[in-house]
Amino acid sequence: MLAMNYRGPKRVRIDQKPIPEILHPEDAIVRVVRSCICGSDLHLYNGNVPDTRVGSTFGHEFVGIVEEIGSDVHKLKVGDKVIVPFNISCGRCAFCKQELYGNCHESNSQATAVGAIFGYSHTAGGYNGGQAEYVRVPYADVGPTIIPEGMDWDDAVLLTDVVPTGYQAAEMAGIQKGDTVVIFGAGPIGIMAARCSWLFGAGRVIIIDKEDYRLEFARNYSQCEAYNFMDMEDPVVFVKKTTDWMGADVCIDAVGAEAAGNVLQTITGRKLLLQAGSATALHWAINSVKKGGIVSIVGVYGPTDNLVPIGNVVNKGITIRANQASVKRLLPRLIDHVQNGIIKPKQLITHRVPLEEVADAYRMFSEKLDNCIKPVLIPPSAHE
Amino acid sequence: MEEQAKDYSHINGWGIDADPKNDPTYPMKRRTNEEHKGYSWERPPQQPITMEVLHSIERPNVSAVYGTAMPPSGLSGMIRRFAFKHSENSYLHWLPLLVADRVNVVEGLIEDVAEGKVPNIFSEKGYSADWDHNRSGLAVRAAIGAAVVGAVVLMCAGEKNRKRWFNQLMDR
Repeated sequence: MLAMNYRGPKRVRIDQKPIPEILHPEDAIVRVVRSCICGSDLHLYNGNVPDTRVGSTFGHEFVGIVEEIGSDVHKLKVGDKVIVPFNISCGRCAFCKQELYGNCHESNSQATAVGAIFGYSHTAGGYNGGQAEYVRVPYADVGPTIIPEGMDWDDAVLLTDVVPTGYQAAEMAGIQKGDTVVIFGAGPIGIMAARCSWLFGAGRVIIIDKEDYRLEFARNYSQCEAYNFMDMEDPVVFVKKTTDWMGADVCIDAVGAEAAGNVLQTITGRKLLLQAGSATALHWAINSVKKGGIVSIVGVYGPTDNLVPIGNVVNKGITIRANQASVKRLLPRLIDHVQNGIIKPKQLITHRVPLEEVADAYRMFSEKLDNCIKPVLIPPSAHE
Repeated sequence: MEEQAKDYSHINGWGIDADPKNDPTYPMKRRTNEEHKGYSWERPPQQPITMEVLHSIERPNVSAVYGTAMPPSGLSGMIRRFAFKHSENSYLHWLPLLVADRVNVVEGLIEDVAEGKVPNIFSEKGYSADWDHNRSGLAVRAAIGAAVVGAVVLMCAGEKNRKRWFNQLMDR
């Protein structure tokens, strides 16, 4: 089968690899119809995530058709069209029982600091991902959800990560009616977090980024205010000023390790890897939120340390809430929202690229070429 | 912040998921205390362990399922085995893993050449996307690359060659 093959920082290619096999009675093999490149894949692509091994296949956002099932899979059958959540969860450990499906204890041996994620390094379990024609999907009765009649592949693939992560960012923010929400990062997750903040009754939604084309997109798609921090002397002062000098009720970090905007953070976090990514967005979020406010983090950072003003968290009485999205928990609600036209995920897709051109797609997304917001990869076998 | 006066009717779905009881305590409100009992759940059947699976020393076992993408091998594998002797709390875990990743890149190049494949770096780096959408940026990058290579060649060439090349250039 064709599969993306990681060769080193900023080097990927398409190669032939063996079709995956059932290795556990609860496995399924899924033929991929759509897979996305996620902003967090860029952390792997740039070589910033420890234990990213050469030869791995990335991709944690994919949908497809069940090709084969293990002897202990009862809820799926061959031919089912499925949304596969990005996290791999057993459904029965203490954490899955709390609906913390992103924190399963029976799917990742290699780190306790993170649950298992498809195609996201050996630190996240060492599973091959969905930027391929076929994927092995463990615990097939737990995560995969049958795509409802009438929902198309493009909407479905964004329900594997982008929509749940954006929604959970807003949910974790504990938004109350009338709250001012400031979101740092106008990538797909930030745009979705802005859209979902309204669903929780936000009174004002502001998104801050440095790419004008993304801000323009956010302004239209999320119906929010959008500002370029390159035009500001200091984004924290900007937020204070625009909130009558109080600070935002809620700040959301939707950027994570690749953040721009602070030279020290960029050099130590992205160039020298002395910290687990550049924590500029988180830094701004902590300093922009009001006293007693909430900071919600869905931006992805590495497993080591980051420079953030933790003293301000204490002294301002800030609550920080963070997690990988619990996709399985959120899917029923979000499928309703998509079917009712409240969330329109596929509008985020700007590029549909054949899987064979995966290297170009990574480059385009990484360098923000051609106003790229969300690239989707389509394997040749998707047309069968 | 209480704000009732504004009209949000133009925003489809405004407030439909508003939850006044959503305080910043998730996931505590769904806690089961199951984890107090340790590994109390009925574990899924173990995926047969047919390859080397490194596991964090912060857990006693291999998880019931595991990924089989790239088992540790070669020099990078040795470094990874060393890293997994230390907890996730230690730099001796994460920094050797980053070193192993870089060593692994060189191993990958050697493996390609051994298999008779010459890696197409231009293609692997996706530069044709630059060719399509950022030609001037690609040209600047190529010019900088050529200048750096030229400078390195000059520095390595030795005084005698440098003078000869300079004289030839002047003669033209």
